[in-house]
Amino acid sequence: MLLDWGYVAVFAIVGAGMVALPLLIIWLISPRSSYPQKFETYESGVPAIGQAWSQFNVRYYLFSLIFVVFDVEIIYLYPWAVAARSQGALAFYELLVFLVILTLGLVYAWRKGALEWV
Amino acid sequence: MPWYLELLRAVAGTILIFSGVAVIAAMFGVLLERKISAWIQSRLGPKHVGPQGLLQTLADTLKLLQKENIVPRRADPVIFASAVIVVPLAALLDYVVIPFGTTRAGPLIFRDLNIGVLYFAATSALVVVGILMAGWGSNNKYALLGGLRSAAQMVSYEIPMGLALITVALLAGSLSTVTIVNAQAGLWNIVSQPVAFLIFLVAATAEVNRTPFDLVEAESELVAGYFSEYTGMRFALFQLGEYGEMFAMAAMAVTLFLGGWRGPILPPVLWFVIKLYALIFVFMWVRWTFPRFRIDQLLGFSWKVLIPVALLNLVVTAFFVVVAHR
Repeated sequence: MLLDWGYVAVFAIVGAGMVALPLLIIWLISPRSSYPQKFETYESGVPAIGQAWSQFNVRYYLFSLIFVVFDVEIIYLYPWAVAARSQGALAFYELLVFLVILTLGLVYAWRKGALEWV
Repeated sequence: MPWYLELLRAVAGTILIFSGVAVIAAMFGVLLERKISAWIQSRLGPKHVGPQGLLQTLADTLKLLQKENIVPRRADPVIFASAVIVVPLAALLDYVVIPFGTTRAGPLIFRDLNIGVLYFAATSALVVVGILMAGWGSNNKYALLGGLRSAAQMVSYEIPMGLALITVALLAGSLSTVTIVNAQAGLWNIVSQPVAFLIFLVAATAEVNRTPFDLVEAESELVAGYFSEYTGMRFALFQLGEYGEMFAMAAMAVTLFLGGWRGPILPPVLWFVIKLYALIFVFMWVRWTFPRFRIDQLLGFSWKVLIPVALLNLVVTAFFVVVAHR
């Protein structure tokens, strides 16, 4: 078990090194020349107006709120899927109770217009 | 095995998978994409570098290696630079749990995690973190819009994909990818779970930001989306991440629904590759056939069609597996 995650850790560390390798190569061999215009932010060729880091209307925030609920639901369903067979019919009724409550939530959000792009 | 041999094995496996994905998925994938798009549009595609243009992507990579690395003055240098590592790394982490085939010694897999499917869901969702970092760190309006759209897309399509994964896990009674492939010895899951397969395919297309869900890098409105400001090799690394993720999704679909390495006569690895490329072809065919969705259609399709259907599919499957089976 611990060995499994040791393998994953090695994969992540060695992998990060391999991804960084081409960056090292370009740092060594790429040409360098600089003039001020080169480091401007691209905005269709005209000087950029203001910053991109401004107040921004994240229109899908309602979706993200519902997403949190459903994603947590899915996390609970993974262990259920593994254990369901051994639990028999009881597991099915448990799933029904669990999903009916969540589906009611989805229907509520739908009726309230949270699933519309405003 | 002593610990240093384990370590050596892990490092060797990592290097093998990384270079394999970089060459087969990214380099050959880009060429395949260009050839298939050319074929669909009655063109010839790349033809001059190497036999039939086979070395085109290699030449492109060598060209990109020599390009200057430009960091915009107003960008956040740390986030801007690290996003380049996060995207391909997250895509490649998926390959830990993909069984490529089987030998007498056991299945060819980097590590058969007992929560393989959950691990895949987690790492494939990590890509969006890198995309958001790139979008935010660039301090470019196009890039920011691309990054935010990517988050909206991930938020919506993660759930139907997760429900499809759970349905398959329920059928096999395990989250290990090898056990799931073995459970398909008699019948491939695509036969018993066609709905889950379609949901997985649609959600996978959305997660890898390909047409008809390519709002993240919609070139006609957002230039190149989140990687507008990236030059040279960093641009190539994003391509590696994107194609690596697409191949990972196709490989996972093969593992979960098409019986993985199983098949008659031919060796298992070959069967895996055949099925993988068949699915890759479907991804590319879809890309060059369908127009792009609008963002409200995209989110609505997931929340109002895919999620209810996936929930219903899960309940029906659970009924047959848990109740009717006894």
